[in-house]
Amino acid sequence: MAEEVVLLDFWPSPFGMRSRIALAEKGIKYEHKEEDLRNKSALLLQMNPVHKKIPVLIHNGKPVCESLIQVQYIDEVWHDKAPLLPSDPYQKATARFWADYVDKKIYEVGGRVWKTKGEKQATAKKELIETLKLLEKELGDKPYFGGESLGYVDVAFIPFYSWFYALEKCGNFSIEAECPKLIAWAKRCMQKESVAKSLPDQQKVYDFILEMKKHFGIE
Amino acid sequence: MGEEVKVFGYWASPYSYRAELALKLKGVSYEYINEDIFGNKSDLLLKYNPVHKKVPVLLHNGKPIVESVVILEYIEETWKHNLYLPQDPYDKATARFWIKFIDEKCFPTLWLAAWSPENEREKVTNEACEYMKTLESALNGKKFFGGETIGMVDIVASSVGYFIRVTQEIMGLNLLSADKFPQLFQWSEDFANCSIVKESLPPRDKLLPFVKGLIAKYQQDNAKA
Repeated sequence: MAEEVVLLDFWPSPFGMRSRIALAEKGIKYEHKEEDLRNKSALLLQMNPVHKKIPVLIHNGKPVCESLIQVQYIDEVWHDKAPLLPSDPYQKATARFWADYVDKKIYEVGGRVWKTKGEKQATAKKELIETLKLLEKELGDKPYFGGESLGYVDVAFIPFYSWFYALEKCGNFSIEAECPKLIAWAKRCMQKESVAKSLPDQQKVYDFILEMKKHFGIE
Repeated sequence: MGEEVKVFGYWASPYSYRAELALKLKGVSYEYINEDIFGNKSDLLLKYNPVHKKVPVLLHNGKPIVESVVILEYIEETWKHNLYLPQDPYDKATARFWIKFIDEKCFPTLWLAAWSPENEREKVTNEACEYMKTLESALNGKKFFGGETIGMVDIVASSVGYFIRVTQEIMGLNLLSADKFPQLFQWSEDFANCSIVKESLPPRDKLLPFVKGLIAKYQQDNAKA
């Protein structure tokens, strides 16, 4: 049966990027629909009535919402190629833990870096570096969080790399200076076609952030 | 090989309860260690959960698993009988969606509605009611979120079905009421009446004064802030 896969997305969303990467890793052909979040489509509101958010993965007409749930779904349905989660339950649990950690910390703390200034921003920067250092420690000497190949945590985390330049400019600091191994990991991921195709240009993201700052009246 | 299963928990914690209920549903024997989370966390807890320093921690043959939902998924994948997640990937994704919704939206706003000061309470309560209406729609005429038997969504929803019901009793609130949410209310009754659930829930008469004290503490801390 012909598979019909649609992704409702928004180009700077790190959450959308996760699903893009997962689909690309599995070699799945899909229709990419860009949403205007100020004017959400009827399809988006119908497919995600609870949260009205992107990304939404629509597989043969049925919606799957929430990016990490989508990545797990993609991994389970298209299980014969490029497995993202390990098969061992303990290793799987470890991967889920760190993906959950990325979810709880990076977006919120990163957000505070570009949305605030002065002392609040200084605190946010410190917290972000601490968070990144912990992830760097978890990576250790492995080429990827998934080991020898791209895994669940890599897919969950690498999208935020496309926001690093913007955060560095807004916060006037260097992430590479603090976490060189992490940046090496990120560049390694970017060499993969699935990742390079799915992440937007960092300058473009910075321009987007500047627009958002103007829109919200942040200096 | 002998399995060594331990749970580091706290008797009144809704998160810790999830881990215990899941093991009981699978008929897995375990040793329970109650942590003094408000006083002195043990060295072992800090060793097994250095990142969050929280309960529950599941220790399986010496290896720690933390975060209640991660623990539930691990238990399901390790003891592959009495399954509580659907096998079909789409149904599984749907179950995971509701679990995330309960943990990120329902439970936190309900707790907030319980201890918020009067002037803020109405707004939070309205939000909580919207979330409960949405959660109720997930039941869709079934007895449990898992269908005929308890599933992973039910295990997670115990936070709402039991712990919040106890909380609202103390506060004289009527958030999860039979007339406002008949299906959800009936579900909470059916859930609490399951023998395996009944025998493992923290006793109401112990939980009531504990939650009362906790709410007073939250209100105090909030007044100071």
